Amino acid sequence: MATQHQRTLARFMVAPSVLLLLGWMIVPLAMTLWFSFQSYNLLSPGMEQFIGFTNYRYFLSDPAFWQAMANTLLIVGGVLVITVGGGILLALLLDQPIRGQGMVRILMIAPFFIMPTVSALVWKNMFMNPVNGLFAWMAKAVGAQPIDFLAQYPLMSIILIVAWQWLPFATLILLTAMQSLDSEQMEAAEMDGAGAWAKFTHLVLPHLSRAITVVILIETIFLLSVFAEILVTTNGGPGYASTNLTYLVYSQALLQYDVGGASAGGIIAVILANIVAIFLMRMIGKTLE
Amino acid sequence: MARRVSETRRWTFTILAWLVALAIFFPILWTILTSFKSEADAIASPPKFLFFDWTTENYAEVQSRSPYFRHFMNSVIISVGSTLLGLLIAIPAAWSMAFQPAKRTKDLLMWMLSTKMMPAAGVLIPMYLMFRSFGLLDTRIGITVVLMLINLPIITWMLYTYFREIPGEILEAARMDGASLSKEIIHVLTPMAVPGIASTLLLNVILAWNEAFWTLNLTTSKAAPLTTFIASYSSPEGLFYAKLSAASTMAIAPILILGWFSQKQLVRGLTFGAVK
Repeated sequence: MATQHQRTLARFMVAPSVLLLLGWMIVPLAMTLWFSFQSYNLLSPGMEQFIGFTNYRYFLSDPAFWQAMANTLLIVGGVLVITVGGGILLALLLDQPIRGQGMVRILMIAPFFIMPTVSALVWKNMFMNPVNGLFAWMAKAVGAQPIDFLAQYPLMSIILIVAWQWLPFATLILLTAMQSLDSEQMEAAEMDGAGAWAKFTHLVLPHLSRAITVVILIETIFLLSVFAEILVTTNGGPGYASTNLTYLVYSQALLQYDVGGASAGGIIAVILANIVAIFLMRMIGKTLE
Repeated sequence: MARRVSETRRWTFTILAWLVALAIFFPILWTILTSFKSEADAIASPPKFLFFDWTTENYAEVQSRSPYFRHFMNSVIISVGSTLLGLLIAIPAAWSMAFQPAKRTKDLLMWMLSTKMMPAAGVLIPMYLMFRSFGLLDTRIGITVVLMLINLPIITWMLYTYFREIPGEILEAARMDGASLSKEIIHVLTPMAVPGIASTLLLNVILAWNEAFWTLNLTTSKAAPLTTFIASYSSPEGLFYAKLSAASTMAIAPILILGWFSQKQLVRGLTFGAVK
């Protein structure tokens, strides 16, 4: 139907955003790739030289890298388990006839709108601080030794903080999906004598699969790059206990000025994200049809 | 009898839901309460929940010690600016993809989404070095452009899902009635597109306001939005809980209110129309 003229016009309208995104992807990525083969330190300018795969060899043999890799996956996995699992439970709860449901929803969604630096600092100081934090007070109130969360369990604490931010998101989306479940179908199942568990596994969960996929996709995009929460709570420490790939690249480049090494790390992070992305896109491509 | 049971059930779930909601909301409530305490009351043990001398001095103090208002304005300019810029570029693209879909439109959209998956760490270094050599570090224009770029895929996707729901037949009908292209755009298309554009705007302002990778890395003081300003409290200054809370409350209040308004569009927008 569309005329040649219209098609040309359509291309012109799409072009700016495509070109911008293409430039945004290719130019910096090509530079990172280039730097990753260079010996390049900001403290010794003019000494750059091509050194082949040395940066990669250095990075891959560094135990910090493998720990950061494991931490990255633990953060993504841990937060996904908590938010999807918790989100399903909370959505089931909110789907019941509740008084003041609107207000409950408003309270529950709030953490999603809090900027990461604020939530990390509030949790770090006012809750997890071993001296003045509320958790320390609660521990003392029951006669237990206060826990220094960020020193003793840094990664777990960060996972908790990030999960607190994302749980509302998962809940809201799963609840919305749950509310579109056909009530006649539920009633029919009840007539057939299906128990609560049978209804959940055979009706609710399959109905939610699409929403769960979307939650996993979107959260993964953001969770692979968790940064602010680490920067303001632990600075990646103690040691590398709470360093993820993003933070490792940041500290290598902007704290140790090692552009070459950090670039190798960046390229590895891109490769990891691509592996995850291919897997996710396949999943979402199927459910979004 | 059956009614009794369902009434009990209703109350059990109501109480349970309120307890969970309050627990999830508690850190925010606690921050707001602490912002009205004196520093001594803020770290009192046992903690004081409601019975303390309410004071607003922390709010005055935050502004007098730091150019709080400037950081606030930076946040407004950067988040609104990047969103408007993004809309300017994305509206034509989403429009033509929705009304003149080509064979590869779906792939193009997927590709755009996939650019969101590129980890920031992969491009941090060149961006930082380019910003440094072009004198863009710590400038509002620099960070605005970057935030526009990272949100462009989401803006395009959201607009596309909204535009796609505008029935194409209405356009045909208007054309049949002899409406000119400009009339068609002003009287027929715009009114139908405005709600979608508005929710896209709202959601992306929220995302840009809270963005905390590029703002932390590319701004330090002059152009620093609230994310960066608050992060400076991670130094020992953060031990002043009441002031930290006051600064935090002011940083989150505007977006919390916007967020509550946008709740309904949020699900649709963030799931790219997959969940409504």
